[in-house]
Amino acid sequence: MIYREAGEYKTSYDADSRTFPIKFDRMGYYTAMAVAFLVVPFIINDYWASAVAVPFLIYVIAALGLNILTGFAGQVSLGTGGFMAVGAYACYKLMTGFPEVSIFFHVLIAGGVTAIVGVLFGLPSLRIKGFYLAVATLAAQFFLVWLFNKVPWFYNHSASGQINAPERTVFGIAVTGPNTDAWAKYLFCLIFVVVLAWIARNLTRGSVGRKWMAIRDMDIAAEIIGVNPLMAKLTAFAVSSFFVGVAGALFFSVYLGAVEVGEAFGIQKSFLVLFMIIIGGLGSIFGAFAGAAFMVLLPVLLKNILVGGLGWPTDLAAHLEFMIVGGLIVAFLIVEPHGLAQLWRLAKEKLRLWPFPH
Amino acid sequence: MPDQLLFAMEVTLNGLMAGVLYSLVALGFVLIFKASGIFNYAQGVMALFAAMTLVGIQKGQVPFAHLINALLGTEVHHFGWHVPSILAILLTAGVMVVFAWIVERVVLKHLVNQPDIILFMATIGLAYFMEGFGDLMWGADIKKLDVGLPQGINIAIDDTTFGWFGYGFFIDNLDIVATVIAILLVISLTVFSQYSKQGRALRAVADDHQAALSVGISLRFIWVLVWSIAGFVALVAGIMWGAKSGVQFSLSLIALKALPVLMLGGFTSIPGAIIGGLIIGVGEKLFEFAIGPLVGGATENWFAYVLALIFLVFRPQGLFGEKIIERV
Repeated sequence: MIYREAGEYKTSYDADSRTFPIKFDRMGYYTAMAVAFLVVPFIINDYWASAVAVPFLIYVIAALGLNILTGFAGQVSLGTGGFMAVGAYACYKLMTGFPEVSIFFHVLIAGGVTAIVGVLFGLPSLRIKGFYLAVATLAAQFFLVWLFNKVPWFYNHSASGQINAPERTVFGIAVTGPNTDAWAKYLFCLIFVVVLAWIARNLTRGSVGRKWMAIRDMDIAAEIIGVNPLMAKLTAFAVSSFFVGVAGALFFSVYLGAVEVGEAFGIQKSFLVLFMIIIGGLGSIFGAFAGAAFMVLLPVLLKNILVGGLGWPTDLAAHLEFMIVGGLIVAFLIVEPHGLAQLWRLAKEKLRLWPFPH
Repeated sequence: MPDQLLFAMEVTLNGLMAGVLYSLVALGFVLIFKASGIFNYAQGVMALFAAMTLVGIQKGQVPFAHLINALLGTEVHHFGWHVPSILAILLTAGVMVVFAWIVERVVLKHLVNQPDIILFMATIGLAYFMEGFGDLMWGADIKKLDVGLPQGINIAIDDTTFGWFGYGFFIDNLDIVATVIAILLVISLTVFSQYSKQGRALRAVADDHQAALSVGISLRFIWVLVWSIAGFVALVAGIMWGAKSGVQFSLSLIALKALPVLMLGGFTSIPGAIIGGLIIGVGEKLFEFAIGPLVGGATENWFAYVLALIFLVFRPQGLFGEKIIERV
């Protein structure tokens, strides 16, 4: 009854092509933004920030990036972990090399560096397609992780081989390092998420996004109607890697603080982000949010129920967690291959007609 | 002969042996991909699961002992009997057939006609599930697998090469056994697919699903069959790798080793899997031997992928893959 488009008259093209054409959606969006910026920072504590909020926000950025590449441009990538590592190490080198520059720019430049690396590894995509490409991106994953492990310059010759984020501030407030407040971490990541999600949304519905989708649906046909596959695929790799690089930089500097590359950015991370976009919905911005929320919340929830609630030993709970995550993924794919975003779309369709479905 | 050359020869031989082991895993991938177009990421975990089950049955472990103990407060762990190796292998093969049947029933049946990426994702989900399931069933500790395969240095080769060059080559007996078994396996698979009724049906399905359906071949039976065979191949690979380095989580990562083999050989070719495996095995061992010390070692992690990547740029369908014909 509340959710409907009847009675909403659009009098300009701008109004017609806005992201949230229905008033109720718009109100929901403004409310979510208000809560995220004005309420959550005041009530967030360390546990919620480090267990849920900050990883969620960072994974949203990574999932947005991979979704651009896989969901919109149709190039399956299993190298997300490796590209996140590039972002993290670029950020680390910048943070230690230019301490006087704001971390804000470091994160952005780290994204830019990752974009360049991403384009390099994206070059074979012009020849290699489908699963061959998916496996080829694994080359990036393994090579990059090995590189950061073996070349001491990347970790400033530290004895442990780890990289540690020094304390950096934005407007005098610490956002990295051990003395950071939960709300500062949260807000810092939130700003990146909002800006990048806005960019992603507008890129994907503009001409670039349509070219990506044309390539995804059938690259030869797209080429015939005048889409340049070289440009389309490489821009997809560049934009996607930029997002993933920013996510990696934040993951290292704000969330973890200290990183051992094989552990933090291994192949498991690539699969995790891939799961997020599959469960959330390929080719959907909302899907990236939903998928990231699902995959971040599920382990926390399971752990709380099994270990905290039922008192099972942690190793048993860990095995069960694997089973449940795997089982859920399979179940999800069977029930709704287009992910949570499709469920949401269906729900909206139903809501529009409710309570008179005929 | 100079020492370096002798070392290189030894490394090459060892690379060939390692390549055979990669091929064994890649073979499982190719079988399933050919018959159902599914890129089965779970192949590595299947090998791990098969090896765990084999050890569990052999030692008479109680399945789900940890879970039972946690839930009921009991202290069960072993039945207290030892099953002979042959019987245990047969039982494990049976378990893998049941597993294939369950996968077809629960997963594949519902995913007919979905895009490839969805099926691929489903097998990753399956891999996660099996990983947890296997650990839950048999425990996550590192197990020793012993089915009576010979192990250690092969004295005969050591002596012969010492007589020839004045330097004995180190070749593991297990690798020789693995090579022999791999050859037998490939021969029997070829014979099976060329001369048996089911084998012909299998090839028909691999060629064209719809045409196969229209002449009365049951697609679902073929899928169960091919997953069972892949399960059996996984069992063989699991025994070999398990005997070599113990049954533990890292065993499932051999799937990642087999992927570049697949790319190099082509996803649809059984000889491709074998030859690709040999090239990768020799290539990565020689590269590690020649270049590894200069760049800090551990190049085995990525060399195979980069080699396959470079190779694919020039030949996108791999060595023996079907020519990719694209139509609009």
